[in-house]
Amino acid sequence: MADVKKIATRDSYGAALAELGAERPDLIVFDADLAGATKTGTFKKAFPDRHFNCGIAEGNMITVAAGAAAMGLVPFASSFAMFAAGRAFEQVRNSIGYPHLNVKIGATHGGISVGEDGASHQCCEDFALMRSIPGMVVISPADDVEARAAVKAAYEHKGPVYLRFGRLAVPVFHDEASYKFEIGRGEVLQDGGDVAIIANGLLVNEALEAGKVLAGAGIHARIINMATIKPLDEELVLKAARECGKVITCEEHSVIGGLGEAVCALLSEKCPTPVRRIGVNDQFGHSGPAAALLKQFGLSAEHIVEVAKEFCGK
Amino acid sequence: MTASEKKQLMAMACKVRMGVIEGTHAAKAGHPGGSLSAAELFTYLYFKELNVDPKNPRWEDRDRFVLSKGHTAPGLYAALANRGFFPVEDLLTLRHIDSYLQGHPNMNTVPGVDMSTGSLGQGVSAAAGMALAAKYQNKSCRVYTLLGDGEIQEGQVWEAMMFAAHYKLDNFCAVIDNNGLQIDGRVADVMSPYPIPEKLRAFGFEVAEIDGHDFDQIEGAFKQAKTVKGKPFAIVMATTKGKGVSYMEGQAGWHGKAPNDQEYETAMAELRARLAEVEAM
Repeated sequence: MADVKKIATRDSYGAALAELGAERPDLIVFDADLAGATKTGTFKKAFPDRHFNCGIAEGNMITVAAGAAAMGLVPFASSFAMFAAGRAFEQVRNSIGYPHLNVKIGATHGGISVGEDGASHQCCEDFALMRSIPGMVVISPADDVEARAAVKAAYEHKGPVYLRFGRLAVPVFHDEASYKFEIGRGEVLQDGGDVAIIANGLLVNEALEAGKVLAGAGIHARIINMATIKPLDEELVLKAARECGKVITCEEHSVIGGLGEAVCALLSEKCPTPVRRIGVNDQFGHSGPAAALLKQFGLSAEHIVEVAKEFCGK
Repeated sequence: MTASEKKQLMAMACKVRMGVIEGTHAAKAGHPGGSLSAAELFTYLYFKELNVDPKNPRWEDRDRFVLSKGHTAPGLYAALANRGFFPVEDLLTLRHIDSYLQGHPNMNTVPGVDMSTGSLGQGVSAAAGMALAAKYQNKSCRVYTLLGDGEIQEGQVWEAMMFAAHYKLDNFCAVIDNNGLQIDGRVADVMSPYPIPEKLRAFGFEVAEIDGHDFDQIEGAFKQAKTVKGKPFAIVMATTKGKGVSYMEGQAGWHGKAPNDQEYETAMAELRARLAEVEAM
């Protein structure tokens, strides 16, 4: 494990845009004065005439992108998750969601792993906001391979997509040669029947690490990567609930309105199952190094292990 | 324009006004005031200016119109119906359950509607995005948008104006319906956006100031708009809210209220009389 490659999914986003741009002339990119941080700057370098900076005006950027989509282009609009999903929520809802326009929102800096910038920039509400919009696809990839594949899948998908990427470099665990991403399909990374751990984003790697520790303690966890929060892979969740009898959800997001609640809503209606939700517990983040924050807020393999052991009575 | 063309436009503006009254009366709701103030503008756009095809409403190279002040959908619908995008009788289904004529424009249900609007301040941004896209696509089409004078209190409007000027969108034309009234009263009292032309010029626009009920002036402004290169164009038109229906004129109370049966009869009688007068010219 010593030489595991680490890449921030925002870097994957920029790279995938530049790659796609070469073959897709209808792909254009909007940014709001954060091209260096969201990594759309990578696309800009390759295609300067197809990258449009909107300045610090996210509401306008989102609606401008909607107008461009109405003309048949495939715009990717980017900012930090806080501003793309939060500040511009109503623009996303009314100008992209309601007309079901073909805009892709590439939101970076999701969750508390933003780090030192603190609570104002640590968006833990974007899944909840975006999930609530009819017809919106919501994706939170776990690593570089998946993030790049998700960008391409989002481009191919006809309709609005919200993509959440992270600032922090995270381990690359998917094998590029064999990995296939499909919107709305979860992925079983490790089989097991004692408890199902359903995670997305950077918590997937933590769940994998937790799975190893749990195996040592005699708990065989099924680890599921649920990159698409909406539409949820209901079949996979129900199967895991039936076969494991216990479900833990893990996300770098508020426990309100995200993956955990999506899973709970499904299970309570179709297969009542005990659930533990790991996420940000209805509180704001604060400044600090990303790794320390993740540990402090319980978004870590160690905490997943603790919860799973307690849950399984061990 | 010729005298006969002008007469036809004036007659059509009466019919558009009738459509507004019939629709809002049948809906028992809706926004007649701002629909009536823009009746000449809607008429001019759909019967003179826009390069559109009612038989092929999604024709790719058509000019676009975005009704940023989406609540005045009754005026837009009346113009579209009279232009042949859908049957005029359907105006009576405005706001009814299961009607395609929603309270605010829906681009996916109404033939001829280029953008779903209703939340103020957003249509203008969508129009700017369309104009930018048209340039990127090397399309020669033009993009027009209509805003209310109350609407320009939304900060996003000025983000959009900045964007249009920054990207030198000379295929973009914003029209501001300065009827001076909004829901809570006089625009000047609620939150003054004045002076509007000066603000637009400061944002990088070429601006025409006209009487929005005068077809000669409307034509002059639209012609001028096409001559300007390298910057966006705005038309600030002075209008009367509720224009054409005596008891609605200049009354903020008619912003979002439908006429009752008696008020409907009065309004239609006035508009029919005006139409007869125009046709006798």
